[in-house]
Amino acid sequence: MVYRFSVGASRYSFNDLKDLLAKASPARSGDCLAGIAAETYAERVAARMCLAEVPLNRFLEELLIPYENDEVTRLIVDTHDKQAFTEISHLTVGDFRDWLLADSTDSISLKRVAAGITPEMAAAVSKLMRNQDLILIAKKCQVITAFRDTIGLPGRLSVRLQPNHPTDDPRGIAASILDGLLYGSGDAVIGINPASDSLPALMNLYYLVDEIIHRYDIPTQSCILTHVTNQIQLIEKNIPVDLVFQSIAGTEKANKHFGIDLSLLREARSAALSLNRGTIGNNVMYFETGQGSALSADANFGIDQQTCEARAYAIARHFSPLLTNTVVGFIGPEYLYDGKQLIRAGLEDHFCGKLLGVPLGCDVCYTNHAEIDQDDVDTLMTLLAAAGVTFIMGVPGADDIMLNYQSTSFHDALYLRKVMGLGVAPEYEQWLKNMNIMNNEGQIQPVEPVHHLLQGMSNHLLTFKAPIEKV
Amino acid sequence: MKKFDKPTLSIDSWQQLKGFTRARIALGRAGSSLPTKELLDFTLSHAMARDAVHLALNVAALAQDLEEQGFSIQLVHSKAPDRTSYLLRPDYGRQLDQQSRRQLQAIKLATAFDSVNLVIVVGDGLSSLSVERHAKPLLTEIKKNIPEQWKLGSIVIASQARVALADEIGELLGADIVIMLIGERPGLRSPDSLSIYMTYAPRVGCSDADRNCISNICSEGLPYETAAKKLIWLAKEAIRRKLSGVALKDESSVQEIAVTDQLKKLLKPE
Repeated sequence: MVYRFSVGASRYSFNDLKDLLAKASPARSGDCLAGIAAETYAERVAARMCLAEVPLNRFLEELLIPYENDEVTRLIVDTHDKQAFTEISHLTVGDFRDWLLADSTDSISLKRVAAGITPEMAAAVSKLMRNQDLILIAKKCQVITAFRDTIGLPGRLSVRLQPNHPTDDPRGIAASILDGLLYGSGDAVIGINPASDSLPALMNLYYLVDEIIHRYDIPTQSCILTHVTNQIQLIEKNIPVDLVFQSIAGTEKANKHFGIDLSLLREARSAALSLNRGTIGNNVMYFETGQGSALSADANFGIDQQTCEARAYAIARHFSPLLTNTVVGFIGPEYLYDGKQLIRAGLEDHFCGKLLGVPLGCDVCYTNHAEIDQDDVDTLMTLLAAAGVTFIMGVPGADDIMLNYQSTSFHDALYLRKVMGLGVAPEYEQWLKNMNIMNNEGQIQPVEPVHHLLQGMSNHLLTFKAPIEKV
Repeated sequence: MKKFDKPTLSIDSWQQLKGFTRARIALGRAGSSLPTKELLDFTLSHAMARDAVHLALNVAALAQDLEEQGFSIQLVHSKAPDRTSYLLRPDYGRQLDQQSRRQLQAIKLATAFDSVNLVIVVGDGLSSLSVERHAKPLLTEIKKNIPEQWKLGSIVIASQARVALADEIGELLGADIVIMLIGERPGLRSPDSLSIYMTYAPRVGCSDADRNCISNICSEGLPYETAAKKLIWLAKEAIRRKLSGVALKDESSVQEIAVTDQLKKLLKPE
């Protein structure tokens, strides 16, 4: 269907709903690269004005990719909760923004309608919003999950401890884990991006983190970010896999590019559940996403990158993950060019994820060929913390020596907790206090060289070899 | 007059762990934030990585250097006229500009009855620094390992190049195998890392799945000799099996040696 809109003497027309969404999107290099962005400032605003008048119902009628051609579309349509939708079904996209902002719309109402919101509706309404709207509404959404600790409670900010090493050296990884633990990070997950994808090397990493978690009785979980098929194989070998990781994107074709489909994710989830390793909850999945992934796989079908991204959250939502991470600046300047685009994208992703009911965290990050620096990271992570982001990354000194990009650090998490008055996951907080890493006021305190984590772990680091013998 | 003390930093008591990793651990804290020294150290690393991306490769100097080593050289340029368009339009970096295309077509004509086995392209990629530092010594190692019956054409130095630019170059020159040496996206700890990409029967439209990659070639990464041996092993296998990419797994003995070394190191920590 063609959408038409007039502003004064200028008449604009948009070929279809996805064209309208693309033209209404705040400017970013990825949509320009795809050739779908608005050509003038005025066209962009006209598209927004036009979009504001589109009824939410329209998104259930005009699918962006035909139902027959795309399993993500089928998932979105087939799992749409009409009962939950009833409450907002009479609204246009513009009304929907007003409804979301209304004081009478609280955490409970947002939770009630979440399953009735499709990712396209979430993306559409976000395009009408200022950054402050994205923050205010996301802050009202509560998404709480659990495995060995509780993630997403109000007033808490969790951290994924990311102790990567370029050759997966267990001692190097353990040293970074220790650094993070002593800075109070790691309550979301201890998640390693391995350099190798050989099964024996991956097994080493699982044993290493499992041993640390169990030796010190840490209320957290591990994850090795390798392909989901590797993780299924390792689960079959009874390797201690806590969370199953996979990168996901918003179209079937883009997921195919990652070597996955929905049935593989289903298989992975039931494999992880079969190990029954969670103590207080069974959210066993960890997903990563990022704007631009569909376009980079030539699988965006003319849909703007932010809408594609929101569609990935529909997949995440379906598998009840413990954590979902938008790796916002990793993809490079051809998708998000500078700090302004990065900040906008991070807030949009967090908003859309939370609105859909996904426990969204953000890897606030950048590569060295983007026009972004640590000041932009500071701005975005502070805004996200204000918006109630579920978790951020903790990388030693913000410098990932394996993936060669910059993210957020253990120090950054301490800064956010201090400035925004945020705590860690409650079970983890208790552990930090028991370990004398955190004082009663919730501040991280220096530890003596004789601290038993330091003593025990140092010896452990030097003698770590058990898994090697199993290779 | 009252004397004031220097502000107190919290020094982390696990300094010895720095020996296990180059990650920025045990940095200490001013309050809960980074001490000034660590902040500036990080900022300098970022500045160097930024320079590696934005400083242009000195093509003339590299060409002269390589000619002195006995290589013949062709200079080409991608469709990206400058760094900004290179960064925003990856597709431009994957295509030759018109003049470069004509130039290589002419060479192809001149050697029409001669089969060129191997074409090596040196591309600036995202780090001119890595090309400046590692291209020459790596090429020297590769040359040493090339089987006698193979023919190595000119070394093509490509400016504003992405990996896939080698496909067009290789196709124009009728290469059986094209090899791209290209500057990796710089990291803070390694602004000068180089990668090798190898494609059998290169043609425009080859995908990443058609290529084999050897990455992380730098002073603290993969040594030139190992990289060159791996590459020639892969190239020989590619010729033998008439394919490259995901179907061709790197099973070279050099890799086994490297892995064994790593295991030994783990079992017997220094």
